[in-house]
Amino acid sequence: MKTVNQGIEKIDAMSLLTGKAVYTDDLALENCLVVKVLRSPHAFAKIKDIDLTDAMKIEGMECILTYRDVPNKRFTMAGQSYPEPSPYDRLILDRMVRYVGDPMAIAAGTSEKAVDKALKLIHVSYDLLDPVLDPDKALDHKSIIHPEADYHVNGDIGNEVKRNLCASGEFSAGDVENEFSRCCVIVDRVYHTKANNQAMMETHRSFSYPDHAGRLVICSSTQIPFHVRRIAATALDIPKSRIRVIKPKVGGGFGAKQTLVSELFPALVTMKTGKPAKMVFDRSETFTASTSRHEMKIRVRIGADKAGHILAIQMDTLSNTGAYGEHGPTTVGLSGHKAMSLYNRAKAVQFTYKVVYTNTMSAGAYRGYGATQGTFALESAVNELSDLLSMDPLQLRLKNILKSGDTVAAYYGETINSCPLPACIQKGREMIGWDRKFPFRKISPTRIRAVGAAIAMQGSGIPDIDRASARVEVQEGGFYTLMIGAADMGTGCDTILAQMAAESLGCDMDKIVVSSVDTDASPYDTGSYASSTTYVTGMAVVKACEELKRKIEAKGIYPALSASATHSSPVSPPPFMAGFSEIEMDLETGETKVVEFVGVVDCGTPINPSLARVQTEGGIVQGIGMALYEDISYNPKGKMTRDSFMQYKIPSRLDVGRVRVEFESSYEPTGPFGAKSIGEVVINTPSPAIAHAIHNAAGIYLRKLPMTAETIFMTLKEQKTAWPSVLKN
Amino acid sequence: MQITCRINNREFIREIEPDLLLIDFVRSLGFKSVKRGCDTSNCGLCTVWVDEKPVLSCSVLAARVNHRIVTTLEGLEEEAKAVGRFLAKEGAEQCGFCSPGLIMNILAMKKEFKTPTTDDIKQYLAGNLCRCSGYESQLRAIEKYFDLEGKNQ
Repeated sequence: MKTVNQGIEKIDAMSLLTGKAVYTDDLALENCLVVKVLRSPHAFAKIKDIDLTDAMKIEGMECILTYRDVPNKRFTMAGQSYPEPSPYDRLILDRMVRYVGDPMAIAAGTSEKAVDKALKLIHVSYDLLDPVLDPDKALDHKSIIHPEADYHVNGDIGNEVKRNLCASGEFSAGDVENEFSRCCVIVDRVYHTKANNQAMMETHRSFSYPDHAGRLVICSSTQIPFHVRRIAATALDIPKSRIRVIKPKVGGGFGAKQTLVSELFPALVTMKTGKPAKMVFDRSETFTASTSRHEMKIRVRIGADKAGHILAIQMDTLSNTGAYGEHGPTTVGLSGHKAMSLYNRAKAVQFTYKVVYTNTMSAGAYRGYGATQGTFALESAVNELSDLLSMDPLQLRLKNILKSGDTVAAYYGETINSCPLPACIQKGREMIGWDRKFPFRKISPTRIRAVGAAIAMQGSGIPDIDRASARVEVQEGGFYTLMIGAADMGTGCDTILAQMAAESLGCDMDKIVVSSVDTDASPYDTGSYASSTTYVTGMAVVKACEELKRKIEAKGIYPALSASATHSSPVSPPPFMAGFSEIEMDLETGETKVVEFVGVVDCGTPINPSLARVQTEGGIVQGIGMALYEDISYNPKGKMTRDSFMQYKIPSRLDVGRVRVEFESSYEPTGPFGAKSIGEVVINTPSPAIAHAIHNAAGIYLRKLPMTAETIFMTLKEQKTAWPSVLKN
Repeated sequence: MQITCRINNREFIREIEPDLLLIDFVRSLGFKSVKRGCDTSNCGLCTVWVDEKPVLSCSVLAARVNHRIVTTLEGLEEEAKAVGRFLAKEGAEQCGFCSPGLIMNILAMKKEFKTPTTDDIKQYLAGNLCRCSGYESQLRAIEKYFDLEGKNQ
């Protein structure tokens, strides 16, 4: 292949690298009103009154909007296809405030100074309510977080809102209790993953203005332009045809921008005033008033016979969706299905879950989307199982994992076409030097190096729901325009989709022009999330190009000749990864660093090996942050305690050792050029692989993230028996 | 108050508010390469040079550049392209939002080190956060850039 499977530079690389004005805030109109939001200082309260008299006296103030000024139509901000599985539990501004940070008033003025001053002069009186802060106590708490009569769910999600239960459900295949009775070894543990912030470098931002026809134009840093159009129409109570959404270059998303965050505030101001308006979240707001990864507590029961055959797996997840249900009912499913499916030799599996509301910031989408949490739990349990069986953990996996050709009950009954996971494990084993390094090596009287491993899978798009289209058109002079609705957020999808088009049409890359998304001009796409773009939008591009080729063969080539195609996949072929960590631990302080992380990935055919490699390296390092430092937590009153990069530490280049990535590429027959997805699977292995290495170093199992130096030290101190025995070696 | 300064070899005389930050000043003049990633001097995205030395423009008052020389990435187009080609080859720019600040510091490092070691590079650029790349591809690109620069000298 000439362009596919080549490490071609991104088509927008040089404009990004020379700092061209291509992002949302760079393009905003100069005369935009500055929009800011007054946020609740209380975790749970009902607004008695908001007095704007003093605030509106400030010169330059254009308007201040409160719950009295918004349409009374509940909606969800989750960027999902209609009908969304997430409950309609929000208003743009609600009289009830449900977390510290919930918006209470939208202020717009001609300068930031005026707006800041006005925000301080808005007087709010409240009826304080008793907040629910602990997910373990949320169910049937005497405080009901969503008592409103117009709360709405689109389908059966196991919702009992009066019990603070956002969603619940169960799945089983085989008789787990019967299988457990045959097991000679059973691990039964609870694993706890915390909320994390996506921490993309470009915070949430958008601006809006009325166009020549009086329609509302929203320009936003988003992964979901078409969902923004639909959701904004619902929230603002105007027809969808009255809204146009433009997505410029996006400074990172990782799922944070799969939910509406900033869009509705300036949009409402523009609607009310007829003027351009802009809102740029600061970093603190991005931490405290957006969406995070769902905190989950996952009980895993896993049992095997003496020979190490895993017979039964039981997982029970409690997920904390926070004050609103964005992505709550869906992320939780992945915590079970995308973990258990790895061990398809098990005779019986069972998965139960509950998703609860609490008075903390709403959770949402973050790379991995529940699979990350489930993988930490199950892979940690498998490592514990290998310990009980005194069996090499890699051997245990090779004995039990799914294979090509398997039909996997836990994976919605799908048949797996392409699974080179054994090869991924073998290659990673060699790369990390497993046989020399497992379980640990003492490198000084107080320092230990140890290795750990984990495997993971994800999906490639949401079957039958994600829908993508592409249009390719011959232009004068013999080049092609490729119109897509998928949202490049830095991942490089504009480039890899152009590569597919160039390959299909048999032309050079410079003959393909790709535009950013504009809902008035781009063909419909559900958006860039759920690892869908390469696989789903990619197929749409290939289909459109094949159709255009047929037309060219039949009619010759001339300008305006075009072809369109739409694609939706009935299956979601999983990409796979084996991850290996080598850590160095200081036994006197607990300080633990990742010296090396090896990732071996199967994403089918890598359309662009350079970009696939960087996706993997980046995902691994985010995963290392999740494993060792990143932690959203709250004070006893429900206020988030870490709301800046000063306190919420993401890895710097000094914090990670070497990251080495290789591919074991299978060929997925249902994907474009044999491709599957890459974006999400890569974040799943670091947490369990590092937890495993920590165990191998010091004999302690840490079942709660993050595994900070402090936790390691305190655990070492408590379990005095564990580490002196290690030191004797 | 009024300030006079040179930005990217052009003189600017402007009336400013005393509390205006340098980042907002240069962006208002159209130098949009300068990005804000945090509000706490942690991310390095807003790096510009004042009198050839890298500073965080979010933490410097515009008033302090009175009679001084400010350089943003727009003023280093050719140098940025030279580094950028190496980053692009690795796919290291990803979303690109942290690239201008990173390149400002790579170019500043070049003035201090002829052949920086891997450790020098990591230390010098420790204040430039990136959430997309995991830093490996940046390191590969920067090492290749300095290798070539070393050979040319």
